[in-house]
Amino acid sequence: MIKEKGKWNRIRTRLLFTGPTLFAFLTVMMVPFLYGIYLTFTNWDGISTTHSLVGFQNYSAVFKDIVFWKTFGLTLKYVAFTVILVNAVAFLLAYSLSRGIKGQNVFRAGFFIPNLVGGIVLGLIWQFIFSNVLVYVGQKTGIPILSTSWLADPDKAFWSLVIVTVWQYAGYMMVIYIAGLMSVPNDILEAASIDGASGWTRMSRMILPLMVPSFIVCIFLTLQRGFMVYDVNLSLTKGGPFKSTEMVSMHVYEKAFLSRDYGLGQAEALVLFLLVAAITLLQVYFSKKLEVEA
Amino acid sequence: MVGTRASSSLLKGLMLTVLLFLFIFPFLFLLINSFKENTEITSNPLAFAQKFSMENYTTAFEKMGYLSSFTNSLIITVLAVLLISLVSAMTAHYFVRNQTKFNQYTFLLMVASMIIPFQAIMIPLVKIYGSLDMLDNVWSLIYMYVGFGCSLAVFIYHGFVKGVPAELEEAAMIDGCTRTQTFFRIVFPVLMPTTATISILNVLWIWNDFLLPSLVLISPENRTLPLSTFSFYGTYSVDYGPLMAGLVLTILPIMVVYLFAQRYIIQGVMQGSIK
Repeated sequence: MIKEKGKWNRIRTRLLFTGPTLFAFLTVMMVPFLYGIYLTFTNWDGISTTHSLVGFQNYSAVFKDIVFWKTFGLTLKYVAFTVILVNAVAFLLAYSLSRGIKGQNVFRAGFFIPNLVGGIVLGLIWQFIFSNVLVYVGQKTGIPILSTSWLADPDKAFWSLVIVTVWQYAGYMMVIYIAGLMSVPNDILEAASIDGASGWTRMSRMILPLMVPSFIVCIFLTLQRGFMVYDVNLSLTKGGPFKSTEMVSMHVYEKAFLSRDYGLGQAEALVLFLLVAAITLLQVYFSKKLEVEA
Repeated sequence: MVGTRASSSLLKGLMLTVLLFLFIFPFLFLLINSFKENTEITSNPLAFAQKFSMENYTTAFEKMGYLSSFTNSLIITVLAVLLISLVSAMTAHYFVRNQTKFNQYTFLLMVASMIIPFQAIMIPLVKIYGSLDMLDNVWSLIYMYVGFGCSLAVFIYHGFVKGVPAELEEAAMIDGCTRTQTFFRIVFPVLMPTTATISILNVLWIWNDFLLPSLVLISPENRTLPLSTFSFYGTYSVDYGPLMAGLVLTILPIMVVYLFAQRYIIQGVMQGSIK
Protein backbone atom coordinates (compact mmCIF):
# COMPACT_ATOMS: atom_id res chain seq x y z
CA MET A 1 0.00 0.00 0.00
CA ILE A 2 1.42 3.33 -1.08
CA LYS A 3 0.09 6.51 0.47
CA GLU A 4 0.69 10.18 -0.13
CA LYS A 5 1.06 12.72 2.62
CA GLY A 6 -2.06 14.72 3.35
CA LYS A 7 -5.70 14.09 2.70
CA TRP A 8 -5.92 16.53 -0.22
CA ASN A 9 -3.03 14.83 -2.01
CA ARG A 10 -4.66 11.46 -1.59
CA ILE A 11 -7.95 12.65 -3.04
CA ARG A 12 -6.18 14.26 -5.98
CA THR A 13 -4.27 11.09 -6.78
CA ARG A 14 -7.41 9.00 -6.51
CA LEU A 15 -9.27 11.30 -8.87
CA LEU A 16 -6.44 11.37 -11.35
CA PHE A 17 -5.91 7.61 -11.39
CA THR A 18 -9.46 6.33 -11.20
CA GLY A 19 -11.63 9.35 -12.06
CA PRO A 20 -11.65 9.19 -15.88
CA THR A 21 -12.10 5.41 -16.04
CA LEU A 22 -14.88 5.28 -13.48
CA PHE A 23 -16.68 8.28 -14.96
CA ALA A 24 -16.67 6.73 -18.44
CA PHE A 25 -17.57 3.30 -17.09
CA LEU A 26 -20.49 4.66 -15.07
CA THR A 27 -21.89 7.00 -17.73
CA VAL A 28 -21.50 4.61 -20.67
CA MET A 29 -22.20 1.22 -19.05
CA MET A 30 -23.90 1.45 -15.69
CA VAL A 31 -26.24 4.42 -16.04
CA PRO A 32 -27.67 3.21 -19.39
CA PHE A 33 -27.95 -0.31 -18.01
CA LEU A 34 -29.94 0.84 -14.95
CA TYR A 35 -31.92 3.37 -16.97
CA GLY A 36 -32.69 0.54 -19.38
CA ILE A 37 -34.24 -1.43 -16.55
CA TYR A 38 -36.41 1.61 -15.76
CA LEU A 39 -37.35 1.96 -19.46
CA THR A 40 -38.84 -1.53 -19.49
CA PHE A 41 -41.56 -0.25 -17.16
CA THR A 42 -42.55 2.60 -19.50
CA ASN A 43 -44.36 2.93 -22.81
CA TRP A 44 -41.86 5.31 -24.42
CA ASP A 45 -42.09 5.41 -28.23
CA GLY A 46 -38.77 7.07 -28.92
CA ILE A 47 -40.16 10.40 -30.07
CA SER A 48 -42.47 11.93 -27.48
CA THR A 49 -40.91 13.78 -24.58
CA THR A 50 -43.23 12.19 -22.06
CA HIS A 51 -43.85 8.60 -21.18
CA SER A 52 -45.77 6.92 -18.44
CA LEU A 53 -45.12 3.96 -16.22
CA VAL A 54 -46.95 0.86 -17.29
CA GLY A 55 -45.77 -1.64 -14.68
CA PHE A 56 -45.04 -5.13 -15.93
CA GLN A 57 -47.05 -4.70 -19.11
CA ASN A 58 -43.95 -4.88 -21.35
CA TYR A 59 -42.79 -8.09 -19.71
CA SER A 60 -46.10 -9.79 -20.23
CA ALA A 61 -45.95 -8.53 -23.82
CA VAL A 62 -42.53 -10.19 -24.18
CA PHE A 63 -44.11 -13.52 -23.34
CA LYS A 64 -46.86 -12.91 -25.86
CA ASP A 65 -44.48 -11.80 -28.64
CA ILE A 66 -44.41 -15.02 -30.66
CA VAL A 67 -41.84 -13.63 -33.08
CA PHE A 68 -39.43 -12.93 -30.21
CA TRP A 69 -39.56 -16.55 -29.07
CA LYS A 70 -39.33 -17.78 -32.63
CA THR A 71 -36.16 -15.76 -33.21
CA PHE A 72 -34.88 -16.89 -29.81
CA GLY A 73 -35.47 -20.53 -30.70
CA LEU A 74 -33.71 -20.05 -34.00
CA THR A 75 -30.81 -18.37 -32.20
CA LEU A 76 -30.57 -21.35 -29.82
CA LYS A 77 -30.34 -23.71 -32.79
CA TYR A 78 -27.73 -21.47 -34.40
CA VAL A 79 -25.72 -21.24 -31.16
CA ALA A 80 -25.82 -25.01 -30.64
CA PHE A 81 -24.41 -25.73 -34.11
CA THR A 82 -21.85 -22.92 -34.17
CA VAL A 83 -20.48 -23.61 -30.68
CA ILE A 84 -19.90 -27.28 -31.52
CA LEU A 85 -18.57 -26.75 -35.03
CA VAL A 86 -16.39 -23.71 -34.31
CA ASN A 87 -14.73 -25.41 -31.36
CA ALA A 88 -14.29 -28.76 -33.11
CA VAL A 89 -12.70 -27.18 -36.17
CA ALA A 90 -10.60 -24.80 -34.06
CA PHE A 91 -9.30 -27.60 -31.84
CA LEU A 92 -8.40 -29.82 -34.79
CA LEU A 93 -6.58 -26.95 -36.50
CA ALA A 94 -4.74 -26.08 -33.29
CA TYR A 95 -3.79 -29.71 -32.71
CA SER A 96 -2.40 -30.17 -36.21
CA LEU A 97 -0.53 -26.89 -36.01
CA SER A 98 1.13 -27.27 -32.64
CA ARG A 99 3.62 -30.04 -33.24
CA GLY A 100 6.21 -28.48 -35.48
CA ILE A 101 4.73 -29.07 -38.92
CA LYS A 102 6.50 -27.31 -41.78
CA GLY A 103 5.27 -23.76 -42.30
CA GLN A 104 2.99 -23.87 -39.28
CA ASN A 105 3.27 -20.13 -38.75
CA VAL A 106 2.03 -19.48 -42.28
CA PHE A 107 -0.96 -21.74 -41.64
CA ARG A 108 -1.72 -20.10 -38.31
CA ALA A 109 -1.55 -16.65 -39.86
CA GLY A 110 -3.77 -17.76 -42.75
CA PHE A 111 -6.52 -19.33 -40.67
CA PHE A 112 -6.67 -16.19 -38.54
CA ILE A 113 -7.31 -13.83 -41.47
CA PRO A 114 -11.16 -13.74 -41.33
CA ASN A 115 -10.91 -12.25 -37.82
CA LEU A 116 -9.19 -9.16 -39.13
CA VAL A 117 -12.32 -8.16 -41.00
CA GLY A 118 -15.59 -7.08 -39.42
CA GLY A 119 -18.77 -9.14 -39.63
CA ILE A 120 -20.49 -6.68 -41.97
CA VAL A 121 -17.80 -6.99 -44.63
CA LEU A 122 -17.50 -10.77 -44.19
CA GLY A 123 -21.24 -11.12 -44.68
CA LEU A 124 -21.16 -9.04 -47.86
CA ILE A 125 -18.30 -11.12 -49.29
CA TRP A 126 -20.14 -14.37 -48.61
CA GLN A 127 -23.35 -12.97 -50.02
CA PHE A 128 -21.50 -12.65 -53.32
CA ILE A 129 -20.00 -16.14 -52.98
CA PHE A 130 -23.33 -17.80 -52.20
CA SER A 131 -25.45 -15.99 -54.75
CA ASN A 132 -22.93 -15.77 -57.62
CA VAL A 133 -19.82 -17.92 -57.37
CA LEU A 134 -21.43 -21.08 -56.01
CA VAL A 135 -24.47 -20.76 -58.28
CA TYR A 136 -22.14 -20.42 -61.27
CA VAL A 137 -20.16 -23.48 -60.22
CA GLY A 138 -23.37 -25.42 -59.63
CA GLN A 139 -24.79 -24.59 -63.03
CA LYS A 140 -21.54 -25.36 -64.88
CA THR A 141 -20.92 -28.66 -63.12
CA GLY A 142 -24.56 -29.68 -62.75
CA ILE A 143 -24.38 -30.12 -58.98
CA PRO A 144 -28.03 -29.49 -58.06
CA ILE A 145 -27.39 -28.40 -54.45
CA LEU A 146 -25.36 -25.44 -55.68
CA SER A 147 -27.31 -24.42 -58.74
CA THR A 148 -29.72 -22.13 -56.92
CA SER A 149 -28.71 -19.54 -54.37
CA TRP A 150 -28.58 -20.85 -50.81
CA LEU A 151 -29.68 -17.47 -49.57
CA ALA A 152 -33.06 -17.82 -51.31
CA ASP A 153 -33.98 -20.99 -49.45
CA PRO A 154 -34.93 -20.60 -45.74
CA ASP A 155 -33.27 -23.80 -44.61
CA LYS A 156 -30.07 -23.40 -46.62
CA ALA A 157 -29.84 -19.73 -45.66
CA PHE A 158 -29.62 -20.83 -42.03
CA TRP A 159 -26.78 -23.22 -42.86
CA SER A 160 -24.97 -20.58 -44.85
CA LEU A 161 -25.06 -18.41 -41.73
CA VAL A 162 -23.58 -21.29 -39.71
CA ILE A 163 -20.86 -21.90 -42.33
CA VAL A 164 -19.82 -18.26 -42.38
CA THR A 165 -19.70 -18.15 -38.58
CA VAL A 166 -17.52 -21.26 -38.36
CA TRP A 167 -15.23 -19.82 -41.02
CA GLN A 168 -15.10 -16.50 -39.17
CA TYR A 169 -14.31 -17.70 -35.64
CA ALA A 170 -12.44 -20.99 -36.08
CA GLY A 171 -9.12 -19.18 -36.56
CA TYR A 172 -9.57 -17.06 -33.47
CA MET A 173 -10.44 -19.98 -31.22
CA MET A 174 -7.58 -21.94 -32.84
CA VAL A 175 -5.16 -19.34 -31.48
CA ILE A 176 -6.56 -19.77 -27.96
CA TYR A 177 -6.34 -23.57 -28.23
CA ILE A 178 -2.74 -23.34 -29.45
CA ALA A 179 -1.93 -21.31 -26.34
CA GLY A 180 -3.60 -24.02 -24.25
CA LEU A 181 -1.79 -26.87 -26.03
CA MET A 182 1.54 -25.15 -25.50
CA SER A 183 0.90 -25.12 -21.77
CA VAL A 184 0.46 -28.90 -21.63
CA PRO A 185 3.83 -30.01 -20.25
CA ASN A 186 5.76 -32.04 -22.77
CA ASP A 187 7.56 -34.17 -20.18
CA ILE A 188 4.40 -35.82 -18.90
CA LEU A 189 3.37 -36.67 -22.48
CA GLU A 190 6.79 -38.17 -23.10
CA ALA A 191 6.64 -40.10 -19.86
CA ALA A 192 3.24 -41.45 -20.90
CA SER A 193 4.55 -42.56 -24.32
CA ILE A 194 7.45 -44.36 -22.66
CA ASP A 195 4.95 -46.12 -20.40
CA GLY A 196 3.20 -47.23 -23.57
CA ALA A 197 0.19 -44.89 -23.72
CA SER A 198 -1.20 -44.69 -27.25
CA GLY A 199 -2.01 -41.45 -29.05
CA TRP A 200 -5.67 -41.77 -28.18
CA THR A 201 -5.00 -42.44 -24.48
CA ARG A 202 -2.73 -39.42 -24.28
CA MET A 203 -5.42 -37.32 -25.95
CA SER A 204 -8.35 -38.45 -23.84
CA ARG A 205 -6.61 -38.93 -20.51
CA MET A 206 -4.05 -36.12 -20.53
CA ILE A 207 -4.38 -33.48 -23.23
CA LEU A 208 -8.15 -32.97 -23.12
CA PRO A 209 -8.40 -32.78 -19.30
CA LEU A 210 -5.51 -30.31 -19.18
CA MET A 211 -7.15 -28.23 -21.89
CA VAL A 212 -10.35 -27.64 -19.92
CA PRO A 213 -9.48 -23.98 -19.17
CA SER A 214 -9.10 -23.27 -22.90
CA PHE A 215 -12.40 -24.99 -23.63
CA ILE A 216 -14.08 -22.87 -20.95
CA VAL A 217 -12.81 -19.65 -22.52
CA CYS A 218 -13.59 -20.66 -26.10
CA ILE A 219 -17.05 -22.03 -25.40
CA PHE A 220 -17.85 -18.94 -23.32
CA LEU A 221 -16.75 -16.66 -26.18
CA THR A 222 -18.59 -18.62 -28.88
CA LEU A 223 -21.76 -18.78 -26.76
CA GLN A 224 -21.75 -15.04 -26.16
CA ARG A 225 -20.96 -14.11 -29.74
CA GLY A 226 -23.51 -16.59 -31.03
CA PHE A 227 -26.36 -15.21 -28.97
CA MET A 228 -25.47 -11.63 -29.87
CA VAL A 229 -24.90 -12.20 -33.59
CA TYR A 230 -26.03 -9.17 -35.53
CA ASP A 231 -23.72 -7.87 -38.23
CA VAL A 232 -23.17 -11.09 -40.21
CA ASN A 233 -26.88 -11.76 -39.91
CA LEU A 234 -27.67 -8.30 -41.26
CA SER A 235 -25.24 -8.29 -44.16
CA LEU A 236 -25.50 -11.93 -45.25
CA THR A 237 -29.24 -12.61 -45.15
CA LYS A 238 -30.90 -9.49 -43.70
CA GLY A 239 -32.97 -12.01 -41.74
CA GLY A 240 -34.47 -13.33 -44.95
CA PRO A 241 -35.81 -15.00 -46.93
CA PHE A 242 -39.18 -14.23 -45.35
CA LYS A 243 -37.65 -13.52 -41.90
CA SER A 244 -36.56 -17.16 -41.74
CA THR A 245 -33.05 -16.34 -40.50
CA GLU A 246 -33.86 -13.41 -38.25
CA MET A 247 -31.90 -13.88 -35.03
CA VAL A 248 -33.02 -12.49 -31.70
CA SER A 249 -30.59 -9.57 -31.72
CA MET A 250 -31.97 -8.32 -35.02
CA HIS A 251 -35.51 -8.69 -33.71
CA VAL A 252 -34.74 -6.57 -30.63
CA TYR A 253 -33.15 -3.93 -32.84
CA GLU A 254 -36.21 -3.84 -35.08
CA LYS A 255 -38.68 -3.72 -32.20
CA ALA A 256 -36.93 -0.74 -30.69
CA PHE A 257 -35.61 1.33 -33.56
CA LEU A 258 -37.91 0.45 -36.46
CA SER A 259 -41.23 -0.32 -34.78
CA ARG A 260 -40.49 2.45 -32.24
CA ASP A 261 -41.50 0.25 -29.34
CA TYR A 262 -38.60 1.07 -27.05
CA GLY A 263 -40.13 -0.22 -23.81
CA LEU A 264 -40.87 -3.63 -25.29
CA GLY A 265 -37.57 -3.73 -27.20
CA GLN A 266 -35.64 -2.99 -24.03
CA ALA A 267 -37.64 -5.56 -22.05
CA GLU A 268 -36.77 -8.16 -24.69
CA ALA A 269 -33.12 -7.11 -24.57
CA LEU A 270 -33.12 -7.61 -20.80
CA VAL A 271 -34.87 -10.97 -20.97
CA LEU A 272 -32.28 -11.99 -23.55
CA PHE A 273 -29.47 -10.75 -21.30
CA LEU A 274 -30.80 -12.72 -18.31
CA LEU A 275 -31.19 -15.92 -20.32
CA VAL A 276 -27.72 -15.61 -21.85
CA ALA A 277 -26.11 -14.71 -18.52
CA ALA A 278 -27.75 -17.77 -16.92
CA ILE A 279 -26.59 -20.07 -19.71
CA THR A 280 -23.01 -18.81 -19.79
CA LEU A 281 -22.64 -18.80 -15.99
CA LEU A 282 -23.96 -22.37 -15.81
CA GLN A 283 -21.51 -23.36 -18.53
CA VAL A 284 -18.56 -21.82 -16.68
CA TYR A 285 -19.70 -23.30 -13.36
CA PHE A 286 -20.02 -26.84 -14.68
CA SER A 287 -16.88 -26.79 -16.76
CA LYS A 288 -14.82 -25.43 -13.83
CA LYS A 289 -15.67 -28.69 -12.09
CA LEU A 290 -13.86 -30.57 -14.84
CA GLU A 291 -10.60 -28.71 -14.34
CA VAL A 292 -7.56 -30.68 -13.26
CA GLU A 293 -3.99 -29.74 -12.47
CA ALA A 294 -0.96 -31.08 -14.23
CA MET B 1 8.44 -46.69 -40.12
CA VAL B 2 10.21 -43.54 -41.22
CA GLY B 3 8.50 -43.76 -44.58
CA THR B 4 4.96 -43.93 -43.19
CA ARG B 5 5.65 -41.05 -40.85
CA ALA B 6 6.93 -38.87 -43.71
CA SER B 7 3.97 -39.71 -45.94
CA SER B 8 1.45 -39.14 -43.16
CA SER B 9 2.90 -35.73 -42.43
CA LEU B 10 2.86 -35.01 -46.17
CA LEU B 11 -0.81 -35.98 -46.24
CA LYS B 12 -1.48 -33.73 -43.26
CA GLY B 13 0.32 -30.87 -44.95
CA LEU B 14 -1.78 -31.41 -48.06
CA MET B 15 -5.02 -31.43 -46.09
CA LEU B 16 -4.04 -28.28 -44.25
CA THR B 17 -3.21 -26.59 -47.53
CA VAL B 18 -6.64 -27.48 -48.92
CA LEU B 19 -8.24 -26.15 -45.73
CA LEU B 20 -6.18 -22.98 -45.93
CA PHE B 21 -7.37 -22.47 -49.48
CA LEU B 22 -10.98 -22.85 -48.27
CA PHE B 23 -10.30 -20.17 -45.67
CA ILE B 24 -8.73 -17.75 -48.12
CA PHE B 25 -10.83 -18.32 -51.24
CA PRO B 26 -13.58 -15.77 -50.47
CA PHE B 27 -10.93 -13.06 -50.43
CA LEU B 28 -9.40 -14.33 -53.68
CA PHE B 29 -12.75 -14.15 -55.49
CA LEU B 30 -13.27 -10.69 -54.14
CA LEU B 31 -9.92 -9.57 -55.48
CA ILE B 32 -10.33 -11.21 -58.90
CA ASN B 33 -13.76 -9.71 -59.47
CA SER B 34 -12.84 -6.26 -58.27
CA PHE B 35 -10.99 -5.65 -61.57
CA LYS B 36 -13.81 -6.85 -63.82
CA GLU B 37 -16.74 -5.23 -65.50
CA ASN B 38 -20.23 -6.06 -64.37
CA THR B 39 -21.07 -8.28 -67.37
CA GLU B 40 -17.85 -10.21 -66.95
CA ILE B 41 -18.64 -10.87 -63.30
CA THR B 42 -22.12 -12.20 -63.93
CA SER B 43 -21.08 -14.29 -66.94
CA ASN B 44 -18.19 -15.97 -65.12
CA PRO B 45 -17.25 -15.03 -61.54
CA LEU B 46 -14.29 -17.44 -61.56
CA ALA B 47 -12.27 -16.05 -64.45
CA PHE B 48 -9.58 -13.42 -64.31
CA ALA B 49 -10.27 -9.98 -65.76
CA GLN B 50 -9.91 -9.78 -69.54
CA LYS B 51 -8.51 -6.31 -69.41
CA PHE B 52 -7.05 -5.08 -66.20
CA SER B 53 -8.80 -1.87 -65.16
CA MET B 54 -8.75 0.23 -62.03
CA GLU B 55 -12.02 1.92 -62.91
CA ASN B 56 -14.01 0.09 -60.23
CA TYR B 57 -11.56 1.31 -57.66
CA THR B 58 -11.79 4.95 -58.65
CA THR B 59 -15.61 4.72 -58.66
CA ALA B 60 -15.72 3.06 -55.24
CA PHE B 61 -13.08 5.38 -53.80
CA GLU B 62 -15.14 8.40 -54.77
CA LYS B 63 -18.66 7.16 -54.07
CA MET B 64 -17.78 5.68 -50.68
CA GLY B 65 -16.13 8.87 -49.55
CA TYR B 66 -13.21 6.59 -48.81
CA LEU B 67 -10.77 9.24 -47.69
CA SER B 68 -13.10 10.76 -45.15
CA SER B 69 -14.36 7.47 -43.74
CA PHE B 70 -10.84 6.07 -43.57
CA THR B 71 -9.71 9.19 -41.69
CA ASN B 72 -12.66 8.91 -39.30
CA SER B 73 -11.94 5.24 -38.63
CA LEU B 74 -8.28 6.01 -38.05
CA ILE B 75 -8.89 8.90 -35.64
CA ILE B 76 -11.54 6.98 -33.70
CA THR B 77 -9.50 3.80 -33.44
CA VAL B 78 -6.18 5.43 -32.53
CA LEU B 79 -7.58 7.83 -29.93
CA ALA B 80 -9.93 5.30 -28.35
CA VAL B 81 -7.21 2.65 -28.11
CA LEU B 82 -4.69 5.08 -26.58
CA LEU B 83 -7.20 6.43 -24.08
CA ILE B 84 -8.45 2.99 -23.04
CA SER B 85 -4.89 1.81 -22.37
CA LEU B 86 -3.86 4.93 -20.48
CA VAL B 87 -6.82 5.31 -18.14
CA SER B 88 -7.20 1.56 -17.57
CA ALA B 89 -3.53 1.08 -16.70
CA MET B 90 -3.72 3.96 -14.19
CA THR B 91 -6.89 2.59 -12.61
CA ALA B 92 -5.67 -0.99 -12.45
CA HIS B 93 -2.44 0.19 -10.87
CA TYR B 94 -4.32 2.23 -8.27
CA PHE B 95 -6.63 -0.68 -7.50
CA VAL B 96 -3.73 -3.08 -6.93
CA ARG B 97 -1.71 -0.71 -4.76
CA ASN B 98 -4.64 0.58 -2.72
CA GLN B 99 -6.69 -2.45 -1.83
CA THR B 100 -9.46 -0.80 0.10
CA LYS B 101 -12.91 -2.39 0.31
CA PHE B 102 -14.30 0.32 -1.96
CA ASN B 103 -11.67 -0.30 -4.64
CA GLN B 104 -12.14 -4.05 -4.48
CA TYR B 105 -15.90 -3.76 -4.92
CA THR B 106 -15.52 -1.29 -7.77
CA PHE B 107 -13.15 -3.69 -9.48
CA LEU B 108 -15.61 -6.54 -9.00
CA LEU B 109 -18.41 -4.44 -10.46
CA MET B 110 -16.31 -3.70 -13.54
CA VAL B 111 -15.45 -7.36 -14.03
CA ALA B 112 -19.06 -8.42 -13.55
CA SER B 113 -20.24 -5.82 -16.07
CA MET B 114 -18.35 -7.66 -18.80
CA ILE B 115 -21.18 -10.14 -19.23
CA ILE B 116 -23.66 -7.35 -20.08
CA PRO B 117 -24.10 -7.51 -23.83
CA PHE B 118 -24.18 -4.33 -25.88
CA GLN B 119 -27.76 -5.13 -26.96
CA ALA B 120 -28.97 -4.60 -23.40
CA ILE B 121 -27.50 -1.11 -23.33
CA MET B 122 -27.94 0.27 -26.83
CA ILE B 123 -31.53 1.53 -26.49
CA PRO B 124 -31.05 3.61 -23.30
CA LEU B 125 -27.63 4.70 -24.56
CA VAL B 126 -29.17 6.23 -27.66
CA LYS B 127 -31.94 7.83 -25.60
CA ILE B 128 -29.61 9.37 -23.01
CA TYR B 129 -26.97 10.66 -25.41
CA GLY B 130 -29.62 11.72 -27.89
CA SER B 131 -31.32 13.90 -25.30
CA LEU B 132 -27.94 15.41 -24.39
CA ASP B 133 -27.46 16.16 -28.08
CA MET B 134 -24.27 14.11 -28.09
CA LEU B 135 -25.03 11.80 -31.00
CA ASP B 136 -23.62 12.13 -34.53
CA ASN B 137 -20.29 13.10 -33.12
CA VAL B 138 -16.97 11.32 -33.50
CA TRP B 139 -15.81 12.44 -30.03
CA SER B 140 -18.86 10.94 -28.30
CA LEU B 141 -18.13 7.67 -30.05
CA ILE B 142 -14.52 7.69 -28.83
CA TYR B 143 -15.77 8.40 -25.32
CA MET B 144 -18.21 5.49 -25.51
CA TYR B 145 -15.46 3.13 -26.62
CA VAL B 146 -13.51 4.11 -23.52
CA GLY B 147 -16.55 3.31 -21.38
CA PHE B 148 -17.15 -0.05 -23.05
CA GLY B 149 -13.48 -1.02 -23.34
CA CYS B 150 -12.12 -0.09 -19.91
CA SER B 151 -13.55 -3.07 -17.97
CA LEU B 152 -11.64 -5.72 -19.89
CA ALA B 153 -8.50 -3.56 -20.01
CA VAL B 154 -8.55 -2.88 -16.26
CA PHE B 155 -9.10 -6.60 -15.70
CA ILE B 156 -6.10 -7.62 -17.83
CA TYR B 157 -3.83 -4.88 -16.45
CA HIS B 158 -4.86 -5.78 -12.90
CA GLY B 159 -3.45 -9.25 -13.35
CA PHE B 160 -0.12 -7.93 -14.62
CA VAL B 161 0.35 -5.03 -12.19
CA LYS B 162 0.26 -7.62 -9.41
CA GLY B 163 3.45 -9.04 -10.92
CA VAL B 164 5.29 -5.69 -10.73
CA PRO B 165 7.23 -5.54 -7.44
CA ALA B 166 5.97 -2.73 -5.19
CA GLU B 167 9.54 -2.17 -3.95
CA LEU B 168 10.37 -0.75 -7.36
CA GLU B 169 7.80 1.98 -6.89
CA GLU B 170 8.64 2.61 -3.25
CA ALA B 171 12.28 3.10 -4.22
CA ALA B 172 11.30 5.61 -6.87
CA MET B 173 9.13 7.51 -4.41
CA ILE B 174 11.89 7.59 -1.81
CA ASP B 175 14.08 9.07 -4.52
CA GLY B 176 11.56 11.89 -4.82
CA CYS B 177 9.16 10.83 -7.55
CA THR B 178 5.53 11.73 -7.05
CA ARG B 179 2.91 9.03 -7.48
CA THR B 180 2.18 10.23 -10.99
CA GLN B 181 5.84 10.38 -11.98
CA THR B 182 6.36 6.88 -10.58
CA PHE B 183 3.53 5.61 -12.71
CA PHE B 184 4.69 7.19 -15.94
CA ARG B 185 8.41 6.56 -15.50
CA ILE B 186 8.43 3.15 -13.86
CA VAL B 187 5.13 1.29 -14.02
CA PHE B 188 3.72 2.17 -17.44
CA PRO B 189 6.96 1.29 -19.31
CA VAL B 190 7.10 -2.04 -17.46
CA LEU B 191 3.53 -2.76 -18.58
CA MET B 192 4.37 -2.21 -22.26
CA PRO B 193 3.81 -5.86 -23.36
CA THR B 194 0.39 -5.84 -21.70
CA THR B 195 -0.41 -2.53 -23.37
CA ALA B 196 0.48 -4.08 -26.73
CA THR B 197 -1.87 -7.02 -26.09
CA ILE B 198 -4.74 -4.77 -25.03
CA SER B 199 -4.19 -2.42 -27.96
CA ILE B 200 -4.29 -5.28 -30.46
CA LEU B 201 -7.55 -6.64 -29.05
CA ASN B 202 -9.08 -3.16 -29.07
CA VAL B 203 -7.90 -2.28 -32.59
CA LEU B 204 -9.51 -5.45 -33.99
CA TRP B 205 -12.74 -4.63 -32.16
CA ILE B 206 -13.03 -0.88 -32.76
CA TRP B 207 -11.77 -0.75 -36.36
CA ASN B 208 -14.37 -3.33 -37.43
CA ASP B 209 -17.26 -2.41 -35.14
CA PHE B 210 -20.56 -1.74 -36.89
CA LEU B 211 -23.50 -1.62 -34.49
CA LEU B 212 -22.31 1.15 -32.13
CA PRO B 213 -21.16 3.57 -34.88
CA SER B 214 -24.36 2.85 -36.83
CA LEU B 215 -26.36 4.06 -33.83
CA VAL B 216 -24.17 7.04 -32.95
CA LEU B 217 -23.00 8.43 -36.28
CA ILE B 218 -25.72 9.71 -38.57
CA SER B 219 -24.36 12.14 -41.15
CA PRO B 220 -22.40 10.70 -44.08
CA GLU B 221 -19.31 12.81 -43.37
CA ASN B 222 -18.95 11.19 -39.94
CA ARG B 223 -19.14 7.61 -41.22
CA THR B 224 -16.49 5.03 -40.40
CA LEU B 225 -15.27 2.52 -42.99
CA PRO B 226 -17.70 -0.31 -42.13
CA LEU B 227 -20.61 2.16 -42.21
CA SER B 228 -19.75 3.64 -45.58
CA THR B 229 -19.11 0.19 -47.04
CA PHE B 230 -22.53 -0.95 -45.91
CA SER B 231 -24.39 2.10 -47.18
CA PHE B 232 -22.43 1.96 -50.45
CA TYR B 233 -23.53 -1.66 -50.80
CA GLY B 234 -27.13 -0.70 -50.16
CA THR B 235 -27.22 1.97 -52.87
CA TYR B 236 -25.19 0.13 -55.54
CA SER B 237 -26.35 -3.41 -54.99
CA VAL B 238 -26.61 -4.28 -58.68
CA ASP B 239 -23.28 -2.89 -59.79
CA TYR B 240 -20.94 -5.66 -58.63
CA GLY B 241 -17.63 -4.33 -59.92
CA PRO B 242 -17.42 -1.19 -57.78
CA LEU B 243 -18.88 -3.10 -54.82
CA MET B 244 -16.08 -5.66 -54.95
CA ALA B 245 -13.52 -2.87 -55.22
CA GLY B 246 -15.14 -1.10 -52.28
CA LEU B 247 -14.88 -4.22 -50.13
CA VAL B 248 -11.23 -4.67 -51.10
CA LEU B 249 -10.57 -1.05 -50.14
CA THR B 250 -12.20 -1.62 -46.75
CA ILE B 251 -10.15 -4.73 -46.05
CA LEU B 252 -6.86 -3.38 -47.38
CA PRO B 253 -5.67 -1.23 -44.43
CA ILE B 254 -5.97 -3.95 -41.79
CA MET B 255 -4.42 -6.54 -44.14
CA VAL B 256 -1.41 -4.28 -44.65
CA VAL B 257 -1.02 -3.92 -40.90
CA TYR B 258 -1.38 -7.69 -40.51
CA LEU B 259 1.32 -8.31 -43.10
CA PHE B 260 3.83 -6.48 -40.92
CA ALA B 261 2.60 -7.20 -37.41
CA GLN B 262 1.14 -10.68 -37.88
CA ARG B 263 3.28 -12.35 -35.22
CA TYR B 264 2.41 -9.71 -32.62
CA ILE B 265 -1.29 -9.81 -33.44
CA ILE B 266 -1.52 -13.57 -32.99
CA GLN B 267 0.58 -13.37 -29.83
CA GLY B 268 -1.62 -10.56 -28.52
CA VAL B 269 -4.78 -12.59 -29.04
CA MET B 270 -3.10 -15.56 -27.35
CA GLN B 271 -2.09 -13.58 -24.27
CA GLY B 272 -5.41 -11.78 -24.07
CA SER B 273 -7.24 -15.07 -23.83
CA ILE B 274 -5.32 -16.51 -20.90
CA LYS B 275 -7.15 -15.17 -17.89
